Amino acid sequence: MNTVAVIDYGMGNLHSVAKALEHVPGDHQVVVTSDAGQILAADRVVLPGVGAMRDCMGELKRLKLDTVVKQVADSGRPLLGVCVGMQAMLECSAENGGVECLGLFSGTVEPFGTDLRDPLNGQHLKVPHMGWNQVDQTMPHPMWKDILPDTRFYFVHSYYVQPAGPEPVAGSVVYGFPFVAAIAKENIFAVQFHPEKSAQAGLQLYANFVTWDGQA
Amino acid sequence: MGLAKRIIPCLDVDNGRVVKGVQFVDIRDAGDPVEVAKRYDEQGADEITFLDITASSDNRETMVHVVEEVAGQVFIPLTVGGGIRTVEDIRRMLNAGADKVGINTAAVFNPEFVREAADRFGSQCIVVAIDAKCVSDSSQGNGENKRWEIFTHGGRKPTGIDAIEWAKKMVDYGAGEILLTSMDRDGTKIGFDLELTRAVSDAVTVPVIASGGVGELKHLAEGVTEGRADAVLAASIFHFGEHSIEEAKRAMAAAGVEVRL
Repeated sequence: MNTVAVIDYGMGNLHSVAKALEHVPGDHQVVVTSDAGQILAADRVVLPGVGAMRDCMGELKRLKLDTVVKQVADSGRPLLGVCVGMQAMLECSAENGGVECLGLFSGTVEPFGTDLRDPLNGQHLKVPHMGWNQVDQTMPHPMWKDILPDTRFYFVHSYYVQPAGPEPVAGSVVYGFPFVAAIAKENIFAVQFHPEKSAQAGLQLYANFVTWDGQA
Repeated sequence: MGLAKRIIPCLDVDNGRVVKGVQFVDIRDAGDPVEVAKRYDEQGADEITFLDITASSDNRETMVHVVEEVAGQVFIPLTVGGGIRTVEDIRRMLNAGADKVGINTAAVFNPEFVREAADRFGSQCIVVAIDAKCVSDSSQGNGENKRWEIFTHGGRKPTGIDAIEWAKKMVDYGAGEILLTSMDRDGTKIGFDLELTRAVSDAVTVPVIASGGVGELKHLAEGVTEGRADAVLAASIFHFGEHSIEEAKRAMAAAGVEVRL
């Protein structure tokens, strides 16, 4: 049987992620765990995350899971980052006065700030960016299988990732300006939105993940 | 192209059962929160809000199970409000699968609770619910001197607190979203209090959900176009099978509002 480990480091949405993974077809077994051995033994690994980056990275380090995530990334096994889990994969985040992150991708995590405006009419845009927005699939990828172009996914975040170069960008979204909704590199795929809260489209993404071989 | 305005059906839950007579022609058990939530999900609801109206604290545990059941089968954001008074209440709801919790009366009695909750769980899951009532209209028509005050206990108890100032304060304290209900309009079916909605929406940096008064589909679009709300919440218009969420979205789209279809 193939196993999917959802990394449990006390940050919020992991149960929703696990429930969505359990809901999609397949013979996979879902384990929610903070045990390094279980994570390293799993066929696929999800790094979820909700809340503040300081707490996320603090807990990952306290549980010594930062090195475990890096090991998974190096192992070639499929690794999926979700929301703050994605942001944690960059080098550092501006949140909480600056937090050093995992560095699986070159680049930073930046705030929307309080003066985000719609370029068309100058109107203030609310932060967090909360709700269903259209994702442009900027790179063909097995994780986008059977998901239509410009499908809406559910977002809720006040910070966004800014990779150092365009190479890893797999999806983009517009809210005031275009920014990154998904990044991919070899066996890693990561999304800013919440597939576990994105109805059918999100379940399809998880269905794709449980069958993905980690090859782009 | 861009962020869609959200339609949120609200379900009142009493001791684990959906009340206020939700009616669907082809539903097996209209009192089952899972069945009702699944139906709204299929119709394209953008989120679902559960309001726990259970009077007895003994029955609060039931709500946790409701959330667990729904979250295992419905994969859109879930908000739970009603009786959220402690950090432990929030933790239990989030662990059960809720994405956000609505805090109302407890915030009025102890604003620091909102700060503590946002610090602990993140602003994204803290919705502050505000029940507002118009308390003066000395302008007699031009609306410039209108004032709204917040009320607690289901709109029964006045607090003397200005609704707009309160909304701003709650955002400063860490609220990630405001659920704004007009007590003057709630149950009237004559539409949102658009002046109130616009005043609050313009005053805060976070999304505002308009609530109270929806009786026709056109009211939903008005909440966005005139009230400048980011989301609209309604109950009876959907529950009694008068309109589906899909119809509501088509009506909003026809009025020029971007929705998820």
